[in-house]
Amino acid sequence: MSQTIRTRKRSSVAVIGGGIAGQAVIEAVREQAPDLSIKLFCAEDHAPYDRVRLTELIEHGRPVDDLRLRPDEWYADHKIEVVTGTRVSRLDTRSLTVYTNDDAQRFGAVCLATGSEAMVPPIEGADKPGVFLYRYPGDCEQILGNARPGARAAVIGGGLLGLEAAKALVSLGCRVTVVHLMDRLMERQLDATAAAMLLNSMQDLSVEVLTEHATVEVTGEHTADGLRFADGDSLACDFIVVSVGVTPRIDLAKRAGLTCERGVVVDDRMQASAPDVFAVGECAQHDGIVHGIVAPIYDQAQAAAAAIARAKDVFYTGSIPSAKLKVMGVDLVAIGNVENGETVTFTDPATGVYRKLAVSEGQMVGAVLMGDTRGHELLLDIAKTGKLIEDPLATLARASEATAAELPDGAQVCNCNGVCKGDIVSAIRERGLTSIQEVVAVTRAGAGCGSCKPLVSEILKLETGDVVDEQAYLCPCKSLTRDDIAGVIREHGAKSVSEVATRCGAGRECGACKPGIAYLVSEINDNKHREERGARFINDRVHANIQKDGTFSVVPRIYGGVTSPAELRRIADVAERYEVPMVKFTGGQRIDLLGVSKEQLPAIWEELGMPSGHAYAKAVRTVKTCVGSRFCRFGIDDAIEMGIELEHEWEGVYTPHKVKAAVSGCPRNCAEASTKDIGLIAVEGGWQVRVGGAAGASVREGDVLVTVETKGDAMRIATTFLQYYREHGEYLERTYGFVERVGLDVVRENVLDESTGEPQRLRERFRLARAAVTDPWLERREPVHPKQFSEIDSEAAPAGRPAVAFGSESTPAQSPVAVNDSEPTPAGTPVA
Amino acid sequence: MNPTATSPASRSGLIALCEAADVPFGEGRSVTLHGRRIAIFNTAAGFFAIDNDCPHQGGPLSDGLLADACVTCPLHGRRVDLRSGRVQGHDESVRTYELYLLEGSLWLNFDAMEPLAA
Repeated sequence: MSQTIRTRKRSSVAVIGGGIAGQAVIEAVREQAPDLSIKLFCAEDHAPYDRVRLTELIEHGRPVDDLRLRPDEWYADHKIEVVTGTRVSRLDTRSLTVYTNDDAQRFGAVCLATGSEAMVPPIEGADKPGVFLYRYPGDCEQILGNARPGARAAVIGGGLLGLEAAKALVSLGCRVTVVHLMDRLMERQLDATAAAMLLNSMQDLSVEVLTEHATVEVTGEHTADGLRFADGDSLACDFIVVSVGVTPRIDLAKRAGLTCERGVVVDDRMQASAPDVFAVGECAQHDGIVHGIVAPIYDQAQAAAAAIARAKDVFYTGSIPSAKLKVMGVDLVAIGNVENGETVTFTDPATGVYRKLAVSEGQMVGAVLMGDTRGHELLLDIAKTGKLIEDPLATLARASEATAAELPDGAQVCNCNGVCKGDIVSAIRERGLTSIQEVVAVTRAGAGCGSCKPLVSEILKLETGDVVDEQAYLCPCKSLTRDDIAGVIREHGAKSVSEVATRCGAGRECGACKPGIAYLVSEINDNKHREERGARFINDRVHANIQKDGTFSVVPRIYGGVTSPAELRRIADVAERYEVPMVKFTGGQRIDLLGVSKEQLPAIWEELGMPSGHAYAKAVRTVKTCVGSRFCRFGIDDAIEMGIELEHEWEGVYTPHKVKAAVSGCPRNCAEASTKDIGLIAVEGGWQVRVGGAAGASVREGDVLVTVETKGDAMRIATTFLQYYREHGEYLERTYGFVERVGLDVVRENVLDESTGEPQRLRERFRLARAAVTDPWLERREPVHPKQFSEIDSEAAPAGRPAVAFGSESTPAQSPVAVNDSEPTPAGTPVA
Repeated sequence: MNPTATSPASRSGLIALCEAADVPFGEGRSVTLHGRRIAIFNTAAGFFAIDNDCPHQGGPLSDGLLADACVTCPLHGRRVDLRSGRVQGHDESVRTYELYLLEGSLWLNFDAMEPLAA
């Protein structure tokens, strides 16, 4: 009988809930039923985003759009109707009618993916201003608004989410106290030893932890100013974040008359108590269990989708709970339960590594991997498949050395998108993929946080016999590409080159890649990285260009190449006073003072009183201009004004390689804009924007990206391209190589198509990066190290000294300070 | 092995160079002793002292990019091993010196360099 029912094709399905679960359901349904009409109802104002990465909204101030699971085009391409900001108010399970406030629509099936909501503990005063939940982007915005450096924050809840919130607050400079009801942190995932080690890491970050503290009241007359505990103690704070857990959102299901316990009760097809109604994710209760983590969602979605599409039978038989996460800077994987059975552990307190495997009757029941999570894919697969374990200790040891080849097909490689090794392997075989980019694009593995990309790359190499395209290693010593290292930075929230070195070893062996990593760290952190000068080339330590004799050249910023008599006079005075050996015009319309000693730099900058021209850096160098319509009788538009504006907008922003730009006021192109990285040329009726030009070691005519009518559009597009290059160019890849590698069509798609929102986001990230830039020459007054501009036996000429000549002392800073050259200092007598 | 020993057998022949803190971590600085320009490096593997002039074209090695135990010349990228003074891929080397860290100060073994002073 059921056979006949299932042959009837369904025409439509409504998925209620725009979270990770809702997204997983529509993706699985679309795969199995190409023609089914699918409508996704999102109560939030956003299309589905990755809530697991919510903390990034606080920590990195990212817009919600950065966490989007799929761009708008994807929904259009897959013919999925998405309504946002629309709450489903009622569901009639008989007629399968979905009611919103102003509409009612019938469907062939309904799938609930309503997720869960943050629990509000019954604490007196918890509704006071200054108490925030941690669940939605709006919560993050409110928290961000209060999280000033030095502010005292109390986080109620020492579970996974609470600790994530605490870490984000620490990164913003708040003084954080975590208040937890239980006797140890994350008691659902960690045993006592692991929890104690986690506690240590938190204390290293200056986070206070109060365990076994029951909060009974939020104090404060109007707004929250502290907490009172059951034992009578209290804690003063400026604001409070509550994260004590979640509770399934099942009110809609209850009102619809569906059987509910803790969640919506479902069978192995994820079907609820009414026919054609399904539930997936945190709102669903299967076999008595409600999962509050992402991993089970993908299996559940497959089962539900098969039933919805009336395809083959797929049964969901439960999941072993597992979570891969990073708490307080510590990598952690928790699988199943480690409280039962016989356990083996490996502990190295010095490096903060704790690995534990629990086995019962020869079968794995759980594992905790902390500090070193290698091999977790293998262990999870053993847990899932119920493989017999003969020697638990050997299994634990072998897991940390597991290579891609040893992973079974069922091992989950990408946790963000639930992609298994087998999915990747078959995609590579069936579609003949040869590059990481293709694999990511096709399988989605590595499209989330990117931390699994090294493994994806390994799998690709295995399949293709080591022939992998695009292996431009940023760190050849460790065979790590730019993408690999970017993944490491994103996953670990690394803010410095040394953190990257600690995580993956990049830069330690030969050091050549350190400037590239320094650039990557700064770019990904929107220039809010931790600067380490040792990772920079000498030019970027002293902000001047080293010459063949070890002296430096000084090129002050002259916006658009337009100067004034007074400025020229000042430059001339400085050149004379410091006996600068050569004064020369550069190819980019600037003035170069050559042959300056390191020690003279601060004083020369001070007397010039001009910002750095960045002629020494992989950065936006110059915007060359012709006189344009201001004076030139052929000029169509004002090249000088645009050049100066662009140079102000781009000043000081670092790039994968140097960027030279130019603006020409008419097609005669006197500023040679057609052979610049970015060139703008005024033409009748508008502006031509060219990119990827070069006239150095390589000569290439820049491609016309677009011709637009207004100056504003031209400038906006030029900036959008600059940021696109900043984010996607390989280190030391000029724009001409970049545009050829990526292809002009792809560049256009990303830079010009405003409907995707990406150009807007590129500009927003550019704005953030630009806002964090200061003039490096100001370090003349506040050097990053007392010896930034001097050697052991020399002193830098003080910046800001009165403008008097040095007389016959040609190099004022050559007198030995530490050691007398002719008479060795007697041993044991320290010299100042 | 970490070349920055903390307890030399004797202090005779040692020249006090500077406070350890005068050489920023991950960077090098130079000093002139007996007419020789010597580079002092502060790396993750300890402090090192070698001749400052790159054998290739005299580039200032103290301005080079450091890894754990090698430096890359800022002019043309010659890579010098800080332990042996050997230039990678070339039949060249630079002189290395014994360096000691004592109570926060750096000391160079003067006796060890004497034969070369010229």
